[in-house]
Amino acid sequence: MSRFQFPKSIQSRPVYGTLSARTGKAHLMVADAEGAEAILDLAAAEPALMARVHVIYIPKDTGTTYVERLRAAAPAQLYVGPSFAAAQPRLRKALADAHMGLQIYLAGTEGLIGLAMQDAIAAGFPDGAIQTEHRGSVARRVQCVHCKGITEDVSQSPFVCAHCGLNLFVRDHYSRRHAAFQGVCIDAEDPGEVPASEGLYQ
Amino acid sequence: MSAGTRKLDVTVTEVVEVNDLVKRFRFERSDGGEMPTFSGGAHTVVEMKDGDITRLNPYSLMSDPRDRKCFTISVRRDETGRGGSLFMHRNVKPGDRMTLSFPVNLFSLDLRAKKHLMIAGGIGITPFLAQIRQLDATNGHFELHYSVRTAALGSYAEELKAQYTDRVHVYHDDRKEAIDLAALLDGQPLGTHLYVCGPKGMIDWVCRTAEAHGWPSEAVHYEEFLAPQSGKPFTVTLASSGRKIEVGEHQSMLEALEAAGVDAPYLCRGGACGQCETDVVSHDGNFVHRDHWLTDDQKACGNKIMPCVSRFEGRSLVIDR
Repeated sequence: MSRFQFPKSIQSRPVYGTLSARTGKAHLMVADAEGAEAILDLAAAEPALMARVHVIYIPKDTGTTYVERLRAAAPAQLYVGPSFAAAQPRLRKALADAHMGLQIYLAGTEGLIGLAMQDAIAAGFPDGAIQTEHRGSVARRVQCVHCKGITEDVSQSPFVCAHCGLNLFVRDHYSRRHAAFQGVCIDAEDPGEVPASEGLYQ
Repeated sequence: MSAGTRKLDVTVTEVVEVNDLVKRFRFERSDGGEMPTFSGGAHTVVEMKDGDITRLNPYSLMSDPRDRKCFTISVRRDETGRGGSLFMHRNVKPGDRMTLSFPVNLFSLDLRAKKHLMIAGGIGITPFLAQIRQLDATNGHFELHYSVRTAALGSYAEELKAQYTDRVHVYHDDRKEAIDLAALLDGQPLGTHLYVCGPKGMIDWVCRTAEAHGWPSEAVHYEEFLAPQSGKPFTVTLASSGRKIEVGEHQSMLEALEAAGVDAPYLCRGGACGQCETDVVSHDGNFVHRDHWLTDDQKACGNKIMPCVSRFEGRSLVIDR
């Protein structure tokens, strides 16, 4: 099962819902990895919707697990790409060409949801109207508050910043602008005194 | 008092008859100072000393928000209203001293929008006049669709058309011209925000159609001031002091509280802003809720009332004031 119930946290931490079909003229769905399950659930509940859906999907480490099932759900357009960066020009073009009446659905990891939301907001879409559903890995995009470098798919805390090498504690403090959580040096007072690293939510 | 809104002592410097129904009033500060800044869509509450009655009516500011010299408003004469607009039309002359509230904006532009699509009906044009001036100064992208009864009654339609040409579309009822709303909504680029101001029927139509076309509610903005309506007189009891206050037939509960010297909060006086929301301690009877602030559930629950527009019919009403 790809669902995870996040414990209650600070206000800054994003919360996610469950995708549901909304009235619209066109529908854009962006998902990665197990996020495909959220799309498939929606397609099963509302098969008629798929004829007006553009799906942008990044399998990540799920490989081909969901690709054929997504194709079988018969969306109007299905793009399968190797990474978010590779899919981003298509996402931006789809948003630039879209008209009001579009509905946006995002599913999968927090990194994918946050990044796709950045582009949707930049296109002028109200953030409160974007539907999101978390599925799969609880790994995060984390920005180092010291060097500002962003490390993708962080699943341990503390972890070593991929850019400056500091030991970072992963906070629930989130930036929509950066689509990243905050990582803060954990051993600034006593360099080298780093607690054992643990998996997020373990 | 109106929370956060100080008063402005002003002098009427110009009264212009725009057409058979509408007069425009220009106010400048009596002390010669600058007016406060405001943003397009803001309104001011005009205090009118009409004999023994003090009327407080909200009007949208239509002047250029950058112009610190004056505020202007346009008032449509309402023969069947409670008398505020008739007072403005008949009694207010250049040179008169009046009191205005500081501006309050409950209908502001969402400046994150890529485009502003405005729909106005009749005197609902006024907030858009200020918004258009604001957008024009900042190179904002807007388009106005303005529905009027006849060319003669189309306040400011000619001026807007002359200045903004193809960004302004005017529809005349007497020529059977109507806004093709469905086509208009379907063609809008992503990031468009929709604004509507006009009669209640028009606001409902636009909001309903936008929802049916998949527009998010965050991108749909409307302003509708409800004038308090007359109703059966009733008595309201204040929980803190036990005082009983009579609310007359042509008075709102808020006006009755003010007349009795009670310092009750308010802002829009039209059921929109939520500032006057008051807890009901107990009641025996029925509420006549007329605001569009409280949710249907809250209205059914009966423990809150908006004294600016809502009334009560029954034996007793005790409010937390």
